[in-house]
Amino acid sequence: MDMVAGKVKMTQQSVKSAMNPTDMLERPIRLTARDVTVHYGAKQALHGISIDIPDRAVTSFIGPSGCGKSTFLRCINRMNDTIEGAKVGGTIKLDGEDIYDPSLDVVELRARIGMVFQKPNPFPKSIYENVAYGPRIHGLARNKTDMDEIVVSSLRKAGLFEEVKDRLNEPGTGLSGGQQQRLCIARAIAVGPEVILMDEPCSALDPIATAIIEELIDELRENYTIVIVTHSMQQAARVSQKTAFFHLGNLIEEGVTEDIFTNPVNKQTQDYIMGRIG
Amino acid sequence: MTDTLSTTRQASIERTQRIRAGLRRRHMGETIFRGLGLAAIVLALGFVALLFVDVVRKGIPAFTQSNLHLAVNFDPELLQVDPAPTRTAFASQAEYNAASLKWQRDVAMLNWNKVVEASLRTAAPADIEIDSRQILSIAETDARHDIREMFVADPSLLGRTVEVEVLASANAANWIKGNINRSLGDAQQQLSAPARALIDTFVEDGTISNGFAWSIFTNVDSRAAPASAGLLGAFVGTLWMMLIVIILAVPIGVAAAVYLEEFAPRSRLTDLIEVNINNLAAVPSIVFGLLGAAVFINYMHLPISAPLVGGLVLTLMTLPTIIIATRGALQGVSPALRQAALGMGASRTQMVFHHVLPVTFPSILTATIIGVAQALGETAPLLLIGMKAFVASVPLTPLDQATALPVQIYLWQGNENRNFFEPRTAAAIMVLLAVMILLNGVAIYLRSRLEKRA
Repeated sequence: MDMVAGKVKMTQQSVKSAMNPTDMLERPIRLTARDVTVHYGAKQALHGISIDIPDRAVTSFIGPSGCGKSTFLRCINRMNDTIEGAKVGGTIKLDGEDIYDPSLDVVELRARIGMVFQKPNPFPKSIYENVAYGPRIHGLARNKTDMDEIVVSSLRKAGLFEEVKDRLNEPGTGLSGGQQQRLCIARAIAVGPEVILMDEPCSALDPIATAIIEELIDELRENYTIVIVTHSMQQAARVSQKTAFFHLGNLIEEGVTEDIFTNPVNKQTQDYIMGRIG
Repeated sequence: MTDTLSTTRQASIERTQRIRAGLRRRHMGETIFRGLGLAAIVLALGFVALLFVDVVRKGIPAFTQSNLHLAVNFDPELLQVDPAPTRTAFASQAEYNAASLKWQRDVAMLNWNKVVEASLRTAAPADIEIDSRQILSIAETDARHDIREMFVADPSLLGRTVEVEVLASANAANWIKGNINRSLGDAQQQLSAPARALIDTFVEDGTISNGFAWSIFTNVDSRAAPASAGLLGAFVGTLWMMLIVIILAVPIGVAAAVYLEEFAPRSRLTDLIEVNINNLAAVPSIVFGLLGAAVFINYMHLPISAPLVGGLVLTLMTLPTIIIATRGALQGVSPALRQAALGMGASRTQMVFHHVLPVTFPSILTATIIGVAQALGETAPLLLIGMKAFVASVPLTPLDQATALPVQIYLWQGNENRNFFEPRTAAAIMVLLAVMILLNGVAIYLRSRLEKRA
């Protein structure tokens, strides 16, 4: 139990060292979304979302279940394309480039925008193969030494290397839930993405594993633009610099995390943060 | 206040009593259902056991054959044949070849039954009174061919006596195994009285002995010499068809399933295809036979009775099974795995081939093996494409005439020498069942092995 407390404390400490709000607002914008709508068949899931996502910072999407936060996240790397009957409108630009442009290859996009899912979903292959898969299909490693390097450094960045270095050839599915999720993060990092999307990455994990992942997210923000969907307002407060509140398919309020939590403008945001809806 | 409390309590007691009253009925229902389920299983297993016991009981005698041990004398006076020509006696190779050919023709034209008869008479008691036809009915008709082949292979046997083992005839075997009622009169017996007596003598003095019937596995079917009829031809025919089904049905079936499940856009057309494939699996197999006869033989002029055509027909039959099973396996793959692959930037094809297919491989494999096993047990479609012809040779290519194990069973089952072929039919069924059990066993083994590894 002591260890748990220690981990959590550490996380809070590292978050305390976060950049100050004004600094955050001066960050260059990486992703811009304008009037994004999503229809699943006849049902409209998103009603015109517009938001800017800053470079090398953590942006969190919060809101009650079914509010559209995950749907919007999945628009950013076009995972909605894989759902039958899903129609996306509006524009999303990555560095000014429309990601829904027909000339843009979705494979390339997903190499630039990695994703970590709600439930840890490592491939039923070895730990090594899990991490090596992305670089392999994208042809990023010239030879075995290159690949070894990518795998080790990705596992290191995901804070998993020390725990698994002696069993890289064992199946990734044999790891604990938290380790699996870090393996998925390592797998995403291995491709060298610019943006990492995380869809409730801790919802299937216990508090210790959650604390470790949160700490990891905080470290990763130095090099990556991170967008995280979370159910937990505490998590959003701990790890993110920018927060957006979604409700019923609308973006109700967005801003610097501290402002949203201490000083929400919108009544609905207030209610949600106070625990009155959701 | 107290009043309300006691009423609540009263109500709760009543409720409990009502539940308790219903409990007995519920438990009884459960017991009855369990009993019925158990009875169903016992009944089903009983029928299977009955089938197996009956087949094995009937088939076992067919695995013993009666052998005649004869001292065959290649008597020059009886044979009246010149010694085989030697190369040195001729000036040129051509002359030698011509003489050789003539000699072989002479040997083939000889009445080898005389040799068989002489050997049988040597083995029989000296004072026996039995005519040629009667004494020859003891040995299988192919005995003379065996002896002739020996001589052609080794002409130096002329004038020598060698120990030879030939098959006793099917009728003799029936008599020995007791398949024939011994009290029947001469008119109702296949064998004449002197022949029957001689057989008994032979059994007593060891001229006839029983041995394991390897001939079932090493010989092809035979009508003239039923005792030597074997399954080799049918077995090889079945193997050819299995090969063709595996080569064609597996890749086509899996590819079709993968396309339909993973790539095809949902439309009215794909729905229609899906419904049709599902219905195709329920089409009676004889209809596939008709289709094969019409398309492969009448239209494409492929040879009749060939394992190639049989394999094609069985492929058509197996395709729906493999497609349906493969699609089922693909549908069972967790969406998380697909998302993981796509999220990494894998293309659809990469997702399917790197992740989805490896995971489903054990199920696809099992379904395929069971589908193939099912197809190999089919008889009806093969009858319609001529594979029920009597074929007394091993098909060396898939274009040769052949039959298949289930058809061989059907043919033997209809053979007029009932006494002899009933055990043989059962033995053929045992072989077919063994092949099926082997295939299913392989499927189970591979499945458990591959799943453990995954």
